[in-house]
Amino acid sequence: MSSIADPIAGSPVADAKAKAEAAKIRAAAPAITLPAAGERELRLDLFRGLALWLIFIDHLPANLLTWLTLRNYGFSDATEIFIFISGYTAAFVYGRAMLEAGFVIATARILRRVWQIYVAHVFLFTIFLAEISYVATSFENPLYTEEMGIMDFLKQPDVTIVQALLLRFRPVNMDVLPLYIVLMLFLPLILWLMKWKPDVTLGLSVLLYALTWQFDLYLSAYPNGFWAFNPFAWQLLFVFGAWCALGGARRMSRILSSPVTMWICIVYLVAAFFVTLTWYVPQLGHIMPKVIEQWMYPINKTDLDVLRFAHFLALAALTVRFLPRDWPGLKSPWLRPLILCGQHSLEIFCLGVFLAFAGHFVLAEVSGGAALHALISVSGILIMWGMAWIISWYKHSADKGASRTKSTVGNADLAGGGA
Amino acid sequence: MKSARTMLGLKKVGLKKVGLQMFGLTLLAALLAAAPARAEDTAEPPPCDVPAYLLSSESSLPKVTEAVKAAQPLNVLVVGSRSSSIPSNETSAYPARLQAALQAALPSATINLSVELQAKSTADETGGTLVKLVEAKKPTLVIWQTGTVDAMRSIDPDDFRGAINDGVVALRNAGVDVVLVNLQYSPRTETMISAPPYLDNMRVVAQQHDVPLFDRFAIMKQWSDAGYFDLFSTSHGVDLAKQVHACLGRALSKFVIDAAHLGPAQQN
Repeated sequence: MSSIADPIAGSPVADAKAKAEAAKIRAAAPAITLPAAGERELRLDLFRGLALWLIFIDHLPANLLTWLTLRNYGFSDATEIFIFISGYTAAFVYGRAMLEAGFVIATARILRRVWQIYVAHVFLFTIFLAEISYVATSFENPLYTEEMGIMDFLKQPDVTIVQALLLRFRPVNMDVLPLYIVLMLFLPLILWLMKWKPDVTLGLSVLLYALTWQFDLYLSAYPNGFWAFNPFAWQLLFVFGAWCALGGARRMSRILSSPVTMWICIVYLVAAFFVTLTWYVPQLGHIMPKVIEQWMYPINKTDLDVLRFAHFLALAALTVRFLPRDWPGLKSPWLRPLILCGQHSLEIFCLGVFLAFAGHFVLAEVSGGAALHALISVSGILIMWGMAWIISWYKHSADKGASRTKSTVGNADLAGGGA
Repeated sequence: MKSARTMLGLKKVGLKKVGLQMFGLTLLAALLAAAPARAEDTAEPPPCDVPAYLLSSESSLPKVTEAVKAAQPLNVLVVGSRSSSIPSNETSAYPARLQAALQAALPSATINLSVELQAKSTADETGGTLVKLVEAKKPTLVIWQTGTVDAMRSIDPDDFRGAINDGVVALRNAGVDVVLVNLQYSPRTETMISAPPYLDNMRVVAQQHDVPLFDRFAIMKQWSDAGYFDLFSTSHGVDLAKQVHACLGRALSKFVIDAAHLGPAQQN
């Protein structure tokens, strides 16, 4: 469903010469340029797969594997990667549809994709409801009388379920899909603007981001509170991904390959690493000047703190520089599981959220130590890999006869976007 | 980019510092706590050691120090929500244990303690009552336990920080010392209550105003990870709650004594 059957090409720093020529040819064409269709861009799949694994591990209670996740080594985490790549691939697939088939058709396809994600979200909510209903009936520890009040919403399922369908009631860990749904809803507008002037679109996105911080824009949630990922702020990453996919990355290639950029990135990442270190080794806390602490904290995830965004940019710039798109390792069987997961991201993302719920549940029911913790993480990842393998088997073998009868357009559409 | 941030100022809030710290502590604390300790405390039934850095604070409690040194009564007021009590077992809850532990540590001092429970109040709602409470009870030290209700209601972390900030300022202006106590570590409701933004913001306010923050969340998580308590337990019995509160009371007493510079932290 979510893989990108359309080969995705378009490496930010790839062969500039051929690109320059291609650009000349397209000079008269619309403002956005799609990278020449070539080999599938495996780096996108790889890093989206990685993001999915990390999100899964981060959703479980902390254990040994948690130490492998990105957020322990800097400000940004897997969510940034996920949203950026989602913007990139969505713009790539639907941007092409918009150029080739027009605004209405592209919008229609995007809306179908939005519907799929919405259904996935509701499905996850059902599972969540089942889990906590069970916990609510089996758990009456006097130590946690107060915390058990959180189950009170079970007393009014009428309101709660309707609010969940409206995306206003979102339990913990179920925030990414609603964000994604909202971002995808605005994708037709984004693409339409990009077709006109990509840089202006990116500029508008930055402006909205700035306004969000200035005027504290947010979406409210039910029963009270706010969206944990503020779409007004997080759209910046999504639009930036789309902008890169539609030719921005190529135009930035000179900046990306300059050694100055590289050193700025390295210095920033190292600095971020040391700041993060002070969170884990409180004894180091006194090294941090108080002035910097007061200026820097809290590093705000809800509104995509600038420090987080910059951290992601630095990571991405270094990745693009040191991991060329023709790196032979991308074809190695060792990275195959990650790439497979990245190619079926909506399914694997949902599975990851479900497995995290299930993992919590097992950990709560069976009091096991660190070993059980690690075991759950590892088996979760294996299950994600297995599922990705089965899905791709369906796509390549089981559904082969069926897909041949479909038009290629329909096929590309189903394959589009990627969660 | 960075200048943009300063211009726009610190707005809303989300995450990170404390939440991460918790995770980090898992491993660290397990390593630190595994080796030494244990030996002395044998008289106390549950071994609930706490790494020293969780029991010390860079901030101080001058009024408490002054009162004890001047041999005046030390009046402590605990303001909290329901997690500051055990239903129908008030004498086993941590405030009562704190009083006992303080008394044991400072035998010559007079320790008075009162508890003000505001079961379903957010920080903002409780904050509004603080000044009146101080006028009525004349405490030397206010221990303000908060955050749980706000986390359960997903109050905007910005508003939460503002409320804590105002409360702390009001208490300081009323001339009392403040200790903040954050949320409980509650593994069973982890998928339902998002604690990190509230933990972070309490830490930020504590840092800004130099208020000692008793990190109840980190401490309980440490106990759970070290296997002292099975906080996942579904038991309906009250024993676990009593033991945890006993340990919390003792730890809080050490924390207060350390912050007030009243003798070695290990006293007790």
